[in-house]
Amino acid sequence: MTAGGERPAPETEGIVVTSRVRLARNIEGFPFPGWSRKPERLRVLEKILPTVEALPEMKGGASHAMDALAALDKQVLVEKHLISREHAGKNVGSAVVINRSETLAVMLNEEDHLRMQAIRPGFCLEKVYALVNEADTRLEEALPFAFSSKLGYLTACPTNVGTGMRASAMLHLPALVLADHMSKIISAVNKLGLAVRGLYGEGTEALGNLFQISNQMTLGEREADILGRLKNVVSEIARHEINARATLLEKSPRMLYDHIGRAYGVLAHARVISSKEGMNLLSMIHLGVALGAFGRLAAEDVDRLFMETQPAHLQRGRGRSRLSAEERDALRADLIRSVVGRGEPPKLDIPPPTGESPKTT
Amino acid sequence: MKCDMCKEGEATVHLMQIVDGKIQKVDLCEACAKAKRVTDPTAYSIADMVLGMGTEAAASPSRPKAERRCPSCEMTLSDFRRAARLGCPQCYEAFAEALGPMLKGMHKGLQHVGKTPLSRKKEVLLEERLRLLRQQLQAAVKAENFEAAVRLRDQIKALEGQKDSKTPPTREDPGP
Ligand SMILES: [Zn+2]
Ligand SMILES: [Zn+2]
Repeated sequence: MTAGGERPAPETEGIVVTSRVRLARNIEGFPFPGWSRKPERLRVLEKILPTVEALPEMKGGASHAMDALAALDKQVLVEKHLISREHAGKNVGSAVVINRSETLAVMLNEEDHLRMQAIRPGFCLEKVYALVNEADTRLEEALPFAFSSKLGYLTACPTNVGTGMRASAMLHLPALVLADHMSKIISAVNKLGLAVRGLYGEGTEALGNLFQISNQMTLGEREADILGRLKNVVSEIARHEINARATLLEKSPRMLYDHIGRAYGVLAHARVISSKEGMNLLSMIHLGVALGAFGRLAAEDVDRLFMETQPAHLQRGRGRSRLSAEERDALRADLIRSVVGRGEPPKLDIPPPTGESPKTT
Repeated sequence: MKCDMCKEGEATVHLMQIVDGKIQKVDLCEACAKAKRVTDPTAYSIADMVLGMGTEAAASPSRPKAERRCPSCEMTLSDFRRAARLGCPQCYEAFAEALGPMLKGMHKGLQHVGKTPLSRKKEVLLEERLRLLRQQLQAAVKAENFEAAVRLRDQIKALEGQKDSKTPPTREDPGP
């Protein structure tokens, strides 16, 4: 054991999947998009769009008017976390500008005139903030942002006023879910003024054991302090996940290996898989990879499968005819099988069964 | 000195308070002071109670009012409550009263301390100085240090002039 490191352990790599920071900004003298008529929205768009497209960060990037994007393309952007579900529903008067590496996206006329976000894989909140902050600083030279010295950046929703910043990390927490520790963690994190939600799925259900932790308060606290607090909490949760994995390995290896082995069995052989089942089983494969059970499967392979088996990603490149849900489930199974099934079965060597409780789920 | 309320009795109770950075003096006779229960000179919005010249925010919050409307985007308070979204940046001022407790409940503080656009930095610094001077003025008045109070008041006036002259460009700019 190495003693007293402030930095998060390198193991957090597979646990903190992405880091993301979003800034909300509005133009002085214009109503917010939700309270605007079409001509007003178009006027704002005309004002902002050229400035955003001219950002040096956006060189070689893509700019789409929302009314010019096909429903499928919008959905692909949602699955990539580049636009919000709400924005995908927008049409005339809204747009999105995305940089070449798809790390920076600016939504125009979403809930606010500008919603800019930076997103990157891994645990890198400061880096991601620096990226979006730089774009914001450039934009403010050209655009008169609505700002009050008392309330900061003025946003359509009072929950965003102040910094207009929502920072979040997406975490993969299979061991904490298996050990049934998530509700405890969620209430502890909520007490610190941070929100936890399942990334997919409704309500408390978290498909793929993916959770998003984000700040809730935006007024009365500096950006650096918000980011620092979030970073500490995310590190702490990642440490809990690491501990939970160690505890499961030690106390209930059979239960843990049963989950991973079954996931492999299904994914290597199944011919029909729903999106929900796919996400939950891929989560177990991911955990197996992290525990070194799969020799030839890399974490990136699993991450790519996770993205490529989302509905719109599956439909993409299959021509004009819309896939039915059954066809999608078949395609998903084939795609996963071609990756997971090509490797060797997991090595799940259970140590001598001394005192192991025969736990089943 | 005659009483400000009844204009008859001899004023023996002298009150001072700061409203929006301005000193308000109220002189009352014993009877009027008692009638208005203004015995504590630090009490909240005495001037408002006595002379009705306080700010809106100082008025009694329970008084029913005609529906507020944002002068800029025409959103009403009930529109806002329905949509849970404001209509425009000016709505924050128009609905300040209703938003105050709401913001207090959802955020860490009520004063922005984060990033400020470069173009607004000067203005924000000015506001901060004004806030400080107003605090000092309040303290000076409380300590009955009227000489200092007058000096501070003049400073505040000068700074406020600078601030106001920014908005309408027709007025003479006193310069930095
Ligand atoms: Zn009197
Ligand atoms: Zn308004």
